[in-house]
Amino acid sequence: MELVSHLLTGFGVALTPINLFYALIGCLLGTLIGVLPGIGPVATIAMLLPTTYALQPVSALIMLAGIYYGAQYGGSTTAVLLNMPGESSSVVTCLDGHQMARKGQAGAALATAALGSFFAGTVATMLVAGVAIPLSELALKFGPAEYFSLMVLGLIGAVVLASGSLVKAIAMIVTGLLLGIVGTDVNSGTQRFSFGIPELSDGIGVVGVAMGLFGFAEIITNLESKEKRELVTSKVTGLWLTKEQFRAAWPAVLRGTGLGSILGILPGGGAMLSSFASYTVEKKLSKTPEEFGKGAIAGVAGPESANNAGAQTSFIPLLTLGIPENAVMAMMVGAMTIHNIQPGPQVMTSNPQLFWGLIASMWVGNFMLVVLNLPMIGIWIKLLTVPYRLLYPAILLFCAIGVYTVNNTSMDVMMTAFFGFMGVLFMKLGCEPAPLLLGFVLGPMMEENLRRAMLLSRGDPTVFLSRPISAFMLAAAVLLVVIIALPNIRKTREVAFAEET
Amino acid sequence: MQWIRSPKDFWAGLLFIGIGVFAIAVGTNYQLGSAARMGPGYFPRILGILLIFLGAIITLTGTRTRGEAIPAWNWRATIVVLGSVILFGYLVEKIGIAIGTVLLIVAASFASHEFRPKESLVAGVLLAALAVGVFVIGLHLQLPIWPQFGR
Repeated sequence: MELVSHLLTGFGVALTPINLFYALIGCLLGTLIGVLPGIGPVATIAMLLPTTYALQPVSALIMLAGIYYGAQYGGSTTAVLLNMPGESSSVVTCLDGHQMARKGQAGAALATAALGSFFAGTVATMLVAGVAIPLSELALKFGPAEYFSLMVLGLIGAVVLASGSLVKAIAMIVTGLLLGIVGTDVNSGTQRFSFGIPELSDGIGVVGVAMGLFGFAEIITNLESKEKRELVTSKVTGLWLTKEQFRAAWPAVLRGTGLGSILGILPGGGAMLSSFASYTVEKKLSKTPEEFGKGAIAGVAGPESANNAGAQTSFIPLLTLGIPENAVMAMMVGAMTIHNIQPGPQVMTSNPQLFWGLIASMWVGNFMLVVLNLPMIGIWIKLLTVPYRLLYPAILLFCAIGVYTVNNTSMDVMMTAFFGFMGVLFMKLGCEPAPLLLGFVLGPMMEENLRRAMLLSRGDPTVFLSRPISAFMLAAAVLLVVIIALPNIRKTREVAFAEET
Repeated sequence: MQWIRSPKDFWAGLLFIGIGVFAIAVGTNYQLGSAARMGPGYFPRILGILLIFLGAIITLTGTRTRGEAIPAWNWRATIVVLGSVILFGYLVEKIGIAIGTVLLIVAASFASHEFRPKESLVAGVLLAALAVGVFVIGLHLQLPIWPQFGR
């Protein structure tokens, strides 16, 4: 089997001591920021990107990926113990996980979350490996017109499934695309929107944009609200499940894994959407729906498996097509670009060590998280007692050092501060920052493919509609917008997201 | 202004229109080219027009449907947080990461409602040691530890 030999290559890379070490660092850091409120994986990856310059690209990506799925584990810990989601993907875990903790079943809830996540992570890793080859082969047949339409579909899909106003989100994408083309135009050498500032001729750095919008803006808005935290149980005992609990949990784990794997692949999907969808499904299918919200173990097992499966499979569009579908994947594009790897279908053939090593490391990372995190829960809880007034200056410091060391210029720090300001402004005006980051990362690629497609068609824009794959993707994008714009569905969508806010 | 029913939408829309107009205005300096041979000005022009269009829809929504008010802005936190980071960026090359860290931590702590000078000074010193250990010694980042005289 070809797949087996590929996976063996991958494990050969992932299991070298150096890569195990970076997977461990990534998982630990991910869990840490998952536990800590007020800092998410996007800002953390931005912070750490500059420190990965000296590393091998594969080690760097393994560490950064570890942060993403580590954050899912950490987020569920605080959801169960504190009724406070450390990450947006663990919002629904609060509902039943915390109720279980109140009944003294915190250990069972945490074990369910961890084992469900591990199972989901294993299945999703296999899925990534299995789907990667055919999808990449398909993508290699894509011309510039198909790529352009795919990016349109990806961007639209990413905002349709997100919460908030659709028009605002699309406007944020366009703003991101504009920011993405700042710098020297590759075709003509013209300096665009650089205003004579030499640092801008290479374009705006993804680190600064992400850190400003997701790191600084978050801290500033957090400082507005007074903190309130209460620990329900500081002692977690019995990290295992009874037979009845196991019987109630495993079908939910299976369904959650399936649902999360599929939703993770879709543009705009990923961890958060998967967990919401799984909770709804479990509640609908349950024989005792009245127990949901009062500590039903299926309400923890399903969403927790789903969010991990979704986090994993959201790597599929990135690795095979080069299209990021959420803000974290946009940061991974930034990381690959920094290491001179153009994300896309060619990565698998031109860089098989990196490709399969990263996939194998996902499974290794998940294994580490189960083995390490359950015994370490006590330490994570201790960390939560650190007050925010001490936490945020430290986060700022690591951000400042991170962004400064990208190019060792104070100009980058200025830019980050500017995007921090813009981030607060956007938040006040009810505009989500994630679509902007996606547009920003895809901007140059989108322009390039538009230019090439139009050049090949001699200026005829119908090329996007006359080529079947391209037309199909554009039609799908339009359909998505129309569906969401219909008043009926808009209402259900608002209800669905009401729980989240 | 009573005709602004949803301030969040109204002002967000104006912001997008502003960005769109700005992009088109600055973009007039770049060659437009033709549809088949797009110049550097073509794509920004499309985006600018799109942004003005979307902004207009959002602004109109703001005058038609009722929506939330814009929450109050915490200027103290904004200025202190961003200011201390900018200060760090400008000074770190000259005063080194050790003193720079202490400075950043103490300055940034002013943003909180509950500022405790002694506590943040201690935190600053500890974090400075950590930063030197991790970033300069551990990761070999090109940062001076102590003040650089004569530069």
